[in-house]
Amino acid sequence: MTRSVRRKAFSRFVESLCAGAVLLALVPLFFVFFYVLQQGFSSLNWDFFTKMPKPVGESGGGMANAIVGTLYLIAIASALAVPVGLIAGVYLSEYPRTRLSTATRFTADVLNGIPSIVIGIFAYGLVVMPVKHFSALAGGVALGFMMIPIIARTTEELLNLVPGTLREGALALGATRSRAAFSVMLPAALPGIMTGILVALARISGETAPLLFTSFNNRFFTTRIDQPIASLTVQIYTYAISPYDDWHRQAWAGALVLVSGVFVFSVLARVVTKRLERMHRT
Amino acid sequence: MTETVVSDTERERPPALPLGAAPPTPKAVSTLEFTSAIRMEARGLNFFYGANQALYDISIKIPEKSVTAFIGPSGCGKSTFLRCLNRMNDIIVDTRVQGDVLLDGKEIYGPGVDIVDLRRRVGMVFQKSNPFPKSIFDNVAYGLKINGLCSRAEMPERVEKALRGSALWDEVKDRLQTSALGLSGGQQQRLCIARALAVEPEVVLMDEPASALDPIATQKIEELIYELKRDYTIAIVTHNMQQAARVSEYTAFFMLGRLVEYDRTEKMFTNPGQKITEDYITGRFG
Repeated sequence: MTRSVRRKAFSRFVESLCAGAVLLALVPLFFVFFYVLQQGFSSLNWDFFTKMPKPVGESGGGMANAIVGTLYLIAIASALAVPVGLIAGVYLSEYPRTRLSTATRFTADVLNGIPSIVIGIFAYGLVVMPVKHFSALAGGVALGFMMIPIIARTTEELLNLVPGTLREGALALGATRSRAAFSVMLPAALPGIMTGILVALARISGETAPLLFTSFNNRFFTTRIDQPIASLTVQIYTYAISPYDDWHRQAWAGALVLVSGVFVFSVLARVVTKRLERMHRT
Repeated sequence: MTETVVSDTERERPPALPLGAAPPTPKAVSTLEFTSAIRMEARGLNFFYGANQALYDISIKIPEKSVTAFIGPSGCGKSTFLRCLNRMNDIIVDTRVQGDVLLDGKEIYGPGVDIVDLRRRVGMVFQKSNPFPKSIFDNVAYGLKINGLCSRAEMPERVEKALRGSALWDEVKDRLQTSALGLSGGQQQRLCIARALAVEPEVVLMDEPASALDPIATQKIEELIYELKRDYTIAIVTHNMQQAARVSEYTAFFMLGRLVEYDRTEKMFTNPGQKITEDYITGRFG
């Protein structure tokens, strides 16, 4: 009897410990979100999305160039990282034990853990130095390098979950190894891979460090790939450390837009995955 | 899944010979006469998973337009042997083949053999139905597409023909564009058969095609096999003795990686040449 009571009490205790840990994990998120919402919402207006930054001393204006710039950088990064990551992931899954795949897997995991500023330096050396000026391409390359390991490893892991019998089925019909991988295995794993890609996108869209000396910043609107380009994160950084109250408010608004964007990405990832999965099942 | 390329089909590896147990001695099959031409033939085939030998000196002839059943206890090597016939074991790392298999008199393990073409000619149906996560139509059309066997315009016709061939057409003709995964287990297996038939193979290998199905679905598959042997050469692995007796003309009994006996099915089931075959067929072990 007492033993049973003790066990139940202990179980309760562990349960509350778990609940406490969950709350603790959520508290910072809520604080950040509500603070950004509170500070940013008042400065957010239609102009913020449609207008360009105003010169110092003039109030008003917006971050249209930075919003477009961030989307543009993400697009460049995806164009680079999605194909490379996908194909690398297919290789890792199809040939899991070659020397190349072991090395690739290890490198991808290390790359994943490298501070983003270091990736920025690398892109600086690779793209900025040779042409001697900052460019959207350099920023996209830096962000792309951050996405590749995430996409490659997600793709590999999800492909490993696809039953090998599907591969055999394709091979038995006269498919080559690569044909089986790309026309049967990859589509079967696609819902999960889409999530992986969107998670990677959400992750890089909030990066500042790799952009500081690659895409740099730009007060003007541009979509030229060989010119410096504004981005929300760098713009927020620039405004936040400035001495002007109006710029601080704009930085808050920018932060709110960025956080909302990431939030939308994450929700989108869920929805798309669910959708694709349902299409596969019925 | 595991870290290896090894497929995750549940493959049985033959156990090492128990201590003291004498391996069954194969009996000469020279008395066996076939009523049709020989389509495939194994000659002294040995097969190894790494250091483990799974098949010992298998020699067997598979006549065309008939059903040849491979029976034997779990791990006897019958599935491994079946997979040797379209070189499906090639994708398993660290496997090795000695001896050869002939298809229409040509060595399939010889140099310069196009495996892709071989697998197109020797189709396979697996134990667990494995439809691709695509539409019913795309499943059947897959083999045609990748092999470039017909034009886009001919595709619907060929797909229909294959689906009729596997007795599935009437059940799916109104839902060809829906996912194949929405079909029942038996329908999925018949879809896999249709998929295999679409590329017009010469030989169809079936690895326990009905073992995961209920009796009614099983019966449909068996009826289908019975129909198919008019046009195709079929080799089937089965655990179900009655199934072997019902559908096959020839039966091969495998044990511990060896071919123990191979004869006409009715002889195997009424008057087997070896005691051990009789013991297995009558259910004294297995």
